[in-house]
Amino acid sequence: MGQTIAEKIFAAHLRDEPFDGTYVLDLDRVLCHEITTPVAIADLQWREKDRVFDRTKIKAVIDHVTPAKDSKTAIQGKMLRDWAGRHDIPDFFDVGQNGVCHVLFPEKGFIRPGYTVIMGDSHTCTHGAFGAFAAGVGTTDLEVGILKGVCAFRKPASILVNISGQLQDQVVSKDVILHIIHQLGVNGATDRVIEFRGPVVDAMSMDARMTLTNMAIEAGGTSGICLPDQVTVDYLWPFISKEYASKEAALTDFSKWHSDADAEYDRILDIDVTDLAPQVTYDYKPDCVKSAREMQNATVDQIYIGTCTNGRLEDLQQAAAILKGRTLAPGVRGILSPASPKIFREAMEQGIIATFMDAGFCVTNPTCGACLGMSNGVLAPGEACAATSNRNFQGRMGKGGMVYLMSPATAAASGIKGVVTDPRDL
Amino acid sequence: MNRTFGGPAIYLDRSDINTDEIIPARYLTEVTKDALKPYLLEDLTLDGFDPQGEVLQQAAVIVTRKNFGCGSSREHAPWALEVNGIYTVIAEGYARIFRQNMFNCGMLAIELPAADIDRLFALQQQGAVVIEVDLANQRLTAKGAGPEQSFAFPLTPFDKALVEAGGWVEFADARY
Repeated sequence: MGQTIAEKIFAAHLRDEPFDGTYVLDLDRVLCHEITTPVAIADLQWREKDRVFDRTKIKAVIDHVTPAKDSKTAIQGKMLRDWAGRHDIPDFFDVGQNGVCHVLFPEKGFIRPGYTVIMGDSHTCTHGAFGAFAAGVGTTDLEVGILKGVCAFRKPASILVNISGQLQDQVVSKDVILHIIHQLGVNGATDRVIEFRGPVVDAMSMDARMTLTNMAIEAGGTSGICLPDQVTVDYLWPFISKEYASKEAALTDFSKWHSDADAEYDRILDIDVTDLAPQVTYDYKPDCVKSAREMQNATVDQIYIGTCTNGRLEDLQQAAAILKGRTLAPGVRGILSPASPKIFREAMEQGIIATFMDAGFCVTNPTCGACLGMSNGVLAPGEACAATSNRNFQGRMGKGGMVYLMSPATAAASGIKGVVTDPRDL
Repeated sequence: MNRTFGGPAIYLDRSDINTDEIIPARYLTEVTKDALKPYLLEDLTLDGFDPQGEVLQQAAVIVTRKNFGCGSSREHAPWALEVNGIYTVIAEGYARIFRQNMFNCGMLAIELPAADIDRLFALQQQGAVVIEVDLANQRLTAKGAGPEQSFAFPLTPFDKALVEAGGWVEFADARY
């Protein structure tokens, strides 16, 4: 019997099987941010085990509330900063260099095919876009990861999602993943890896693939994963060119992770996206999804473009194409948070920032901020936000607020009209 | 770790209760577990549920439906339960990360079939329920106004080892 990519990665990283069905894996990356790491640091200090298993495999960033908004967030940042300093962690990103973790770390070339990655953040599944097994974990798993470089998982059963067809104009990977979550349900992939394949995925950029894998957790998935291919090699080439004689050699090496033709899946979902329209969530669960046209009576007070789901350059380009020469509807507040300094700079150079500002947007620094109602655009009770983020839980962006999840283009169109709007209807 | 499981139960009759509802993100700026104590389930809106009410204050067990603890990976959710003396959750199912976080903290996330969860909810219709947990025999007993009811519950050997060790840090530190 053949193996899935997740099974191959597990086999290559298996440190221990303490009990039947419990797999303790060696970790290639332990990623840290300032919200979930400080408690782990404090606990390690309390245990007199303030050590790190490998300072080069640990990457850390202050991203959730940055620059600090108050004393408490300043302390969280300081705890991470001081810890990174005393362990001489080379890749620590502070104010000026910091961005949203799941955007910044891939951009730095830290994630490679076949890697095992954990972070104290549920959207760690994003990194599976590179053909890695990447899972969000709690602080205790993170703490053991920091100290020992291992993490325990159950046997990785996989759901294969085959995506075929031709995407229509203004229909993008965000619409595809919202549709898939609608199909699977919010716990349809619990304890499963979602393997995204098919010609539509093959044609996607790394930016678009990361939007797909980012939301695997919204169906309960342990990790989303894509098979590494030429697109992956091209993206990573600046970081791996010294390790491989040629791109072809890299591609051949990465291909060893590909799922075998006779690999076994828990479930196979075939999706044809040809008739898919721009999608928008309603209610308070990410599997509550309708077409933008069905939602067009919903008024919006705020537009939020950014986050680990859709704060990448391609996302900003798609929104800017809609905003060009147009302005936000009266009374609608627009917020753009490019998800990394590199994206911010490229967006400036391409005139994208100017387009957003001309449309009436406020442009903030890279941060998770408003997505989870922590800073930079928290909603008041009764307000609604058209957001490119990944969660529409009740109160997520502020107590009593409503979040409609959608693509960058749909969010931009909704801002112009002041109601949820299919970008093709402008 | 000598931790007593079981006690008065609070019933949360909804599926997909997420970790934002268990502990809202605005409290994630706390760096100690104890600081989370007043905010448990603060944003949960559910008929008959009062986050400041006596039922929650006295509870040692939560009984709920499917996919409990979905969403954010924040271990602040199990910590908020822990500092309020709730070491046991009984549900029809969990989100993976929340379930692992519970056992990693040496606490119990017990999964029962839908029919058993229905029986537990039916018992509560007649009045308050106290749940006793027999970890060694993997049985729980629900005592309410009617005849007491007993349920077998599954745990993996790993789950059991984590609870016995007092959590994953203890287990991993001894072994790796």
